[in-house]
Amino acid sequence: MSTRRRSIGVGVTLTALALLAVLGWTVVYPNVSVIVGSFERGLADWRDFAASPADIDALRGTIIVSIGSVIAALIVGIPLAFLLTRTEFRGRRLLSGVATLPAALPPLVGVLAFLFLYGESGVITRIVQRVFHLAEPPWTLSGLSAVIFVHAYTMYVYVFLFVSAGLERYDTTLDEAATGLGASRALLLRRVTLPLLTPSIAGAMLLVFMSALGSFSAPYVFGGGARVLSTQILVSKLNGAMGLAYVETTVLAVTAVLALFLLRRMEGRRAYAMAGKGRATRTTIRSPLARTLLPLVATLIVILLILPHAMVVLVSFARDGAWTTQLLPPEYTLDNFRRLAQDRDLWQPISNSVTMALIATVADAIVCFAIAYVVVLTKAPGKRLLALLSQLPWAIPATAIALGLAATFDRNAPLQLRVLLVGTFWILPIAYFIRNIPIVTSAVEGSLRQMDPTLEDAARGLGASRWLALRRVILPAARPGLVAGTMLAAVAAVGEFVASVVLYTHSNRPISVEILAQLRSLSFGTAAAYSVLLILLVLLIVVGARWLEGRVADGERVIQAA
Amino acid sequence: MDEVLGREHPEQPPRQVTAPLERSPGALVLEHVTRRYEGNAEPAVDDLSLSVAPGELLALVGASGSGKTTTLRIVAGYEVPDSGRVLLTEPGGATRDLTREPPQRRGFGMVFQHYALFPHMRVDENVAFGLEARGVRKAERLARAREALDGVGLGGKAQRTVQALSGGEQQRVALARALVIEPRVLLLDEPLSNLDPTLRQSTREELRATLRRSGVTALFVTHDQEDAFAVADRVAMLEKGKLLQVGTPEALYDTPATRAVAEFVGRATVVPAERAGDRVWVTIGGVALNASARHAEGGSPEKQVRAVLRPESLALTSDDNTPAWRGEVTVRRFAGGHVVYRVRLAGGIEVEVFGEGAGAREGEQAGVRLAGVPVATVPV
Repeated sequence: MSTRRRSIGVGVTLTALALLAVLGWTVVYPNVSVIVGSFERGLADWRDFAASPADIDALRGTIIVSIGSVIAALIVGIPLAFLLTRTEFRGRRLLSGVATLPAALPPLVGVLAFLFLYGESGVITRIVQRVFHLAEPPWTLSGLSAVIFVHAYTMYVYVFLFVSAGLERYDTTLDEAATGLGASRALLLRRVTLPLLTPSIAGAMLLVFMSALGSFSAPYVFGGGARVLSTQILVSKLNGAMGLAYVETTVLAVTAVLALFLLRRMEGRRAYAMAGKGRATRTTIRSPLARTLLPLVATLIVILLILPHAMVVLVSFARDGAWTTQLLPPEYTLDNFRRLAQDRDLWQPISNSVTMALIATVADAIVCFAIAYVVVLTKAPGKRLLALLSQLPWAIPATAIALGLAATFDRNAPLQLRVLLVGTFWILPIAYFIRNIPIVTSAVEGSLRQMDPTLEDAARGLGASRWLALRRVILPAARPGLVAGTMLAAVAAVGEFVASVVLYTHSNRPISVEILAQLRSLSFGTAAAYSVLLILLVLLIVVGARWLEGRVADGERVIQAA
Repeated sequence: MDEVLGREHPEQPPRQVTAPLERSPGALVLEHVTRRYEGNAEPAVDDLSLSVAPGELLALVGASGSGKTTTLRIVAGYEVPDSGRVLLTEPGGATRDLTREPPQRRGFGMVFQHYALFPHMRVDENVAFGLEARGVRKAERLARAREALDGVGLGGKAQRTVQALSGGEQQRVALARALVIEPRVLLLDEPLSNLDPTLRQSTREELRATLRRSGVTALFVTHDQEDAFAVADRVAMLEKGKLLQVGTPEALYDTPATRAVAEFVGRATVVPAERAGDRVWVTIGGVALNASARHAEGGSPEKQVRAVLRPESLALTSDDNTPAWRGEVTVRRFAGGHVVYRVRLAGGIEVEVFGEGAGAREGEQAGVRLAGVPVATVPV
């Protein structure tokens, strides 16, 4: 061991190469397979794509949904962030408490809740219809605008969080300087505040755009006649038109990567370090009108934010098939939950989701910690490539990842490095694992970057083996990011829908797919009961992670005290 | 006031030229201004009245928490006082009540402690921003910004990013940005505190020269007495939100109104003393010495007072027959033209004395006598 001290080390090099191999095999290979597959019949599939009105329509729909979702999320998120970070009013704490609630809804569950609330026979729809004595429902929750509506609810949270964080760091003396120089509110906003928030806004726009681009559940359930690429891929696959599916996937992935580059440039070009103390001060509203109105508006927003969760919980107690034309479900029962616990067939999706999420998350924790270690703390060859590849799954929509796996691991061909995974249990944990590589890696990298890199040298200089330094110095430093990253990964995996619906088989179907199946058979109560269970699982993971972090913090305090 | 304005200050050779403001400066008056923060028992600013004459440079000094920054923010309009008024007298004689006027309508310029330069704008765009807010066309405002930058010696760096400037240059950009709008009053919040000591020395003089040339009325907050003395015509000292004394630097130094002023301004040991007519008697270790006394205006006529012993009012003596306080030299420090001795007298009283190089060494016994210059007294 000691002979390798302070050199790059064979161990590190081998680790880096092994990680490159893992990412090459799981991330690069499937995507290359898709691209190659799209040319399998020469340009024929590409010609079909260009000639197909449905596909052009889907491409257009995808772009409209993505841009529309970005605009809607900005319209909701930015004012809310300003309101909650810059002003003080009654009800502010409650509102900030629930403002991030939509992010806690697993994707398909949010869609379900919106169906119960705003769908053609939804509660809100019926209330409006009755109040205004309308013969027809006032709106139909379908088409691209419905998708954007749902996205606005679930995705404004990104904008809200990013802009709030930007405002917390914001040096408010810049605003004071501008007003002192005579700037009106409008000029201040246009020339100073918004330009300085551009990195935060661009970062959030990027997240919303990418999420909307790859979004599957909302278009799948509410799309109606409207098409988007992510759902069109599944349609082509189910129709057996694999070549066309590959073309569609390639187009979707290329669009995503292009958007990523464009928005990243915008984000990076305008990043400024704020000088001085970022004094975030909340001003008390002085205008009497605003003072009375603001708590009311805040209450209304709180209700709107809580309603979807409340609705899912309510419907989970509704007897299947009893809720037809009434405003609210007429009969309530515990049967839905009882059946989930007793019926083996209904229990299976739950145990599937938990098992597969666990496998994927453990694999993410190990692999991503190793990636982050190599990227941040070593000079191993290929570490830049490793960093790039570890972020790639983030840029590629989940449908595309799923289709890539389907295209690659559909047969046993050892010479082509192919293994038959399609149709087996393992295909889903692998898909979850791949999807969560970026989030876990960047979380751990974030923690490791905060660590003083000479600490490892110090430990090794004191005679610690590489293993001891890893265990006693680096792992504790990485732990906050590792806990947070694996928590997010576990939450995403346990409710994963988009890749699942492309790749599942009956025996490994996860909760989300089963929710959709129950919905199709109009068993709203059962679907909602699954959703509640899923929300509880997510809560359990979050609480568990908090507890783990608390223990880590306690440990650190003990060390500091000693 | 003429005496104040006529005070001599070492002017830098005119390295740069700042044109005098076209608009005549206004006079600023604070009347019984009080500001309390929720949760604090003591007001941050307590019944403060103060006036700044047109074209005058007034420094607000005090320790941190003395209320000087709050006062400045009230004048700027970022804070509204709970009571009292902020008035501006225009050169024509009209007086406006600005107490509730928002900052953007006051027409004041402000230089912030960390300069608050807009990081996303070029240097000239920063300087031109106030003109942009006033609707000045782009070409004209950039030209005027350029002129203002020339005035602070930064004309060559107009196109740079703010981040590319040194701390001292950023300070000058902030000054140019505040001056280019021809403010009625210029406010400066600790403009020198972010500079390193060597730069600070020369920047002080530059700052005074620039302000003088522009003829602006300026209110200047600092916790550093040397900054205040180097830049300002008059100095106002605050403590716990109250005004302790306002006057020329000489007045504050020679006739401090309170012990706090005496100790804040220059080096001083404040000891119990007795007043007898125009003499003051100081007894240390049983030895009573006297000197002619100097009292602040309105000083109380009590007999028991405190004497402000400054280094130059004391002298070392080696003659055992001269009446003197005896003590031990604890520190001997060469300070260029003279030597500073720190002597511990009876009762643990430590004084600083300026002396010649041939005086006592550390650890030796020495006598300290009054040098025969007037000694200031303050109330107990």
